[in-house]
Amino acid sequence: MQKIGVFVCHCGTNIAGTVNIDEVVENAKHEPGVKYVAEYPYMCSEAGQSMVQKAIDEHDLSGIVISACSPRMHETTFRRAAARTKLNPFMLEMANIREQCSWVHKDKEEATNKAHALTRAAIAKVHHNTPLFPGESPVTKRALVIGGGIAGVSCALDIAEAGFVVDIVESTPSIGGKMAQLDKTFPTLDCSACILTPKMVDAQFHENINIHTYSEIESVEGFVGDFTITIRKKARSVDMKKCTGCGACYDKCPIKKIPGEFDEGLGMRTAIYTPFAQAIPNVPVIDREHCLKFKTGKCGLCETVCAPDAIDFEQEDELITEKYGAVIIATGITPISLDKFGEYAYTSPDVITSLEFERMTNAAGPTKGELIRISDKKKPKSITFIQCVGSRDVAVRSKTYCSKICCMYTAKHAMLVKDKYPDIEVNVFYIDVRTPGKNFDEFYRRAVEEYGVNYIKGQVGKVVDNGDSLWIQAVDMLDNKQIKTKTDLIVLATAIEPVKSVRNIAGMLSASIDTNNFMTEAHPKLKPVESPTAGVFLAGACQGPKDIPETVAGAGATAAKVIGLLAKDKLITNPCIADLDPYYCNGCSACEKVCPYGAISYEDTEINDHGKKAIRRIAVINKALCQGCGACVVTCPSGAMDLLGFSNRQITAEVDAICR
Amino acid sequence: MIQKQMQERAKQMLSLGEVTCVLGWKKGDFSTNPQPAVFESEKDLEDLVYDKYCAANLSKYLVELTKKEGKVLVFLKPCDTYSFNQLLKENLIKKERSYIIGIGCEGNMQVDDDMQEIGLLEKCQTCTKTAHMVFDELIGEELTVRQGDDPFEGVLNLEQMSSDERYGFWREELSKCIRCNACRNVCPACNCRKCVFDNNKYDTAQKVNASSFEEQMFHIIRAYHVAGRCTDCGECSRVCPQLIDLHLLNRKFIKDINEFYGEFQAGADTDTPSPLTDFNIDTDPEPGSVHKRG
Ligand SMILES: Cc1cc2nc3c(=O)[nH]c(=O)nc-3n(C[C@H](O)[C@H](O)[C@H](O)COP(=O)(O)OP(=O)(O)OC[C@H]3O[C@@H](n4cnc5c(N)ncnc54)[C@H](O)[C@@H]3O)c2cc1C
Ligand code: SF4
Ligand code: SF4
Ligand code: SF4
Ligand code: SF4
Repeated sequence: MQKIGVFVCHCGTNIAGTVNIDEVVENAKHEPGVKYVAEYPYMCSEAGQSMVQKAIDEHDLSGIVISACSPRMHETTFRRAAARTKLNPFMLEMANIREQCSWVHKDKEEATNKAHALTRAAIAKVHHNTPLFPGESPVTKRALVIGGGIAGVSCALDIAEAGFVVDIVESTPSIGGKMAQLDKTFPTLDCSACILTPKMVDAQFHENINIHTYSEIESVEGFVGDFTITIRKKARSVDMKKCTGCGACYDKCPIKKIPGEFDEGLGMRTAIYTPFAQAIPNVPVIDREHCLKFKTGKCGLCETVCAPDAIDFEQEDELITEKYGAVIIATGITPISLDKFGEYAYTSPDVITSLEFERMTNAAGPTKGELIRISDKKKPKSITFIQCVGSRDVAVRSKTYCSKICCMYTAKHAMLVKDKYPDIEVNVFYIDVRTPGKNFDEFYRRAVEEYGVNYIKGQVGKVVDNGDSLWIQAVDMLDNKQIKTKTDLIVLATAIEPVKSVRNIAGMLSASIDTNNFMTEAHPKLKPVESPTAGVFLAGACQGPKDIPETVAGAGATAAKVIGLLAKDKLITNPCIADLDPYYCNGCSACEKVCPYGAISYEDTEINDHGKKAIRRIAVINKALCQGCGACVVTCPSGAMDLLGFSNRQITAEVDAICR
Repeated sequence: MIQKQMQERAKQMLSLGEVTCVLGWKKGDFSTNPQPAVFESEKDLEDLVYDKYCAANLSKYLVELTKKEGKVLVFLKPCDTYSFNQLLKENLIKKERSYIIGIGCEGNMQVDDDMQEIGLLEKCQTCTKTAHMVFDELIGEELTVRQGDDPFEGVLNLEQMSSDERYGFWREELSKCIRCNACRNVCPACNCRKCVFDNNKYDTAQKVNASSFEEQMFHIIRAYHVAGRCTDCGECSRVCPQLIDLHLLNRKFIKDINEFYGEFQAGADTDTPSPLTDFNIDTDPEPGSVHKRG
């Protein structure tokens, strides 16, 4: 005979303001199996918890229902309280009468009825609860960082400093990310490379860090504490161990006209190349698509000049499989494609993106820092910056969000131009200038007040390249007039978006992404560096537009969370996992196909069917892999598969109780 | 004659010991209702028939037959091979224990209570399955001309009804059901070890029995269970003694699956994942479009 206790919480006025607690209490008393009902202003308080404990002991309760907030908030609290008594903590159910009831309703009567229905459902469920016992799973004390930008590098350094081994997987030939491409950085105008490269070198020589560049994630298996991940190290065609980084190879390479990715296509690179001087590792790669040797079989000049004999045309992709306790996604951002923005005449050589501008003003860049028009190599007399290109716009080609960093870097660009070439006229078209941040507004005001940058509130409608100059058609929204003006160089503050490959990464790790492909946090405020998938963490601009200080601060927070996990020797596992009744299973494989964690396999098993023994193909659940998602349960037609803690019977009982 | 050829070939294989038994059809009480049958000797095979009344899909019988040692020779019409593939995909029959002889089909006839022919079976009128999807050898001509009625016409008509009309239609149809379970027993997709309507593990059976409209619950649950696996073999409608157009329910699912996820034919092969048990983040429409359709 069930003896169920029901505890109704007021949550101050959070619940009691909209729900008639007395009525819920009164109704609960008449539910089958209910032996004890109590209410309290704050059930989660220490007094509330001891009240629950006391009632369990005194009334010898066999199951309890807490009608309060979401189980995400306090289920653990109350399970712990139950565990302090003789009751199994899984003989407890929470009825969410706050988030799902009082907070979303205004009408007291309706809310009270709903609170009663939810409580009723939880009581009906508890009738079918069974004691469950959590297990343990091991923690591999090693982390994997995907993406070697500033986010990935600083996160890896923090984790490595705490004594754990970290591997960085970077898809390009060098770590560094977007920050390596930048010239100066706002709001301090310090040289980007000067502050980044020491970090890169730290990572390179840290005894706990392994860097895999020119590499990708091939596959992911496992779960928090125990991921098995295969990394594909793409064939570099250069032996990392032998190469001394002398650069003789790329000096000799006859293929010299490949638009360089690092210089955003403004500068050319060779077929065998190192993306930039401070690249880490300083080992070139052969771009097999353009290399003559790979295309025609002839050439091999690099091989002849390489003194340590490091060139290896036969090298193949290498697959490395390693176990990790935690994974950090730090894949960053990239400017959007401007194909659909014809009005800005981006096809003109003198209309460039802000990232291209960064390369152009960089002393190590394609023009050696010389500010010129690409078309005629002349110094421009006037430069126009256009902000919000592709940001804050509901059109399909654009992003609805604010890219956040563009106002600041445009002010930076404008100021740098004025500083070096005071005679150049600088105009900035903007929708509004957003400068929240330490020393940000001061920075922007300096551009306007000290450097005389001309800010025009308005949008550019059309740009036409007529050879020796560019025509701009725009509106000045403050003076409410049309502007037609000439300029020599246009810089587009292009919206940023997550890299495309993040979808694939997120898919492999079952981490969620939002409609803009930014990674989703487990909780926007309280779990800002965790993905909703246990053991998968986030760092940097893959979460949303971020500048460098924010990226580095966030990466530190990510590292702290990862260290917290890796410091544990084992994890307590969730006992609410799939449960098979082999007698009913016909081995159809439906469940195996839907299991996102690969937790189901098949075995020929002897089944005793009422004395008739037969060997049958039966589903087998790997208890360590199963995350209790329930996908298999709903897929199994005959109900052979069930979920502990959320069994078909329990769910049906809840639905029935609600519909009663 | 094709029947003769089938008998000869089957006898040959039996005598050579290449197969241990033969699954085909034999004459029933009337000439118009041949029954599925297993033949174990050359003499038995004299009774094997194959004519325009041999509509029964033999694939499901292989579930039990291929559990035993030995090899079964089975005769499959083009449409039956889809069920074979689907069962293979669900690991319910053993390919290596079967030998498929694909046989040509010109469409099967429907008879009324007085055993009078009243035209092609619905499933044959709307048949789109002209080729064998799997076979070891073929006997007889493949029929290329089909009646060609649009299989989805009935579903379209239902979709055009108001929801009240549609509800009325199904209430009327399903209230004729006598729960004889013939549809489920013949259905190759209904291959559960113990159907939810027969097992006590969950309260489905009891709950359905307690419902004032038990038949409706049964059919809706069954339609969901076979969705994405139903090859549209049409056997449920053919065997229903109450002449309920059960295929309409399944075809609605087939039509929706085609529209949501792109053309999909269960049983066309054994490796294409069923859209309902496969998730593709880039191409799957849910929940947006499902929501839009209301
Ligand atoms: C034009 C411009 C100017 C800027 N100026 C400033 C400034 O002045 N001050 C400032 O604070 N911020 C500035 N920023 C912002 C700054 O660039 C970002 O805050 C910073 O780069 C974010 O770092 P991250 O590591 O998150 O991403 P990223 O720098 O984008 O690094 C991500 C790394 O992950 C790698 N990667 C991507 N996908 C994969 C994959 N699938 N597998 C393996 N590796 C992968 C990439 O190759 C890259 O190396 C500017 C940005 C732009 C575009
Ligand atoms: S509940 Fe089922 S589908 Fe989900 S992880 Fe466990 S075994 Fe896989
Ligand atoms: S779906 Fe059900 S019947 Fe099929 S293999 Fe899985 S547990 Fe067994
Ligand atoms: S109705 Fe459902 S449970 Fe019953 S046999 Fe068919 S698929 Fe299996
Ligand atoms: S065959 Fe017809 S009467 Fe029998 S259960 Fe199926 S629908 Fe009902």
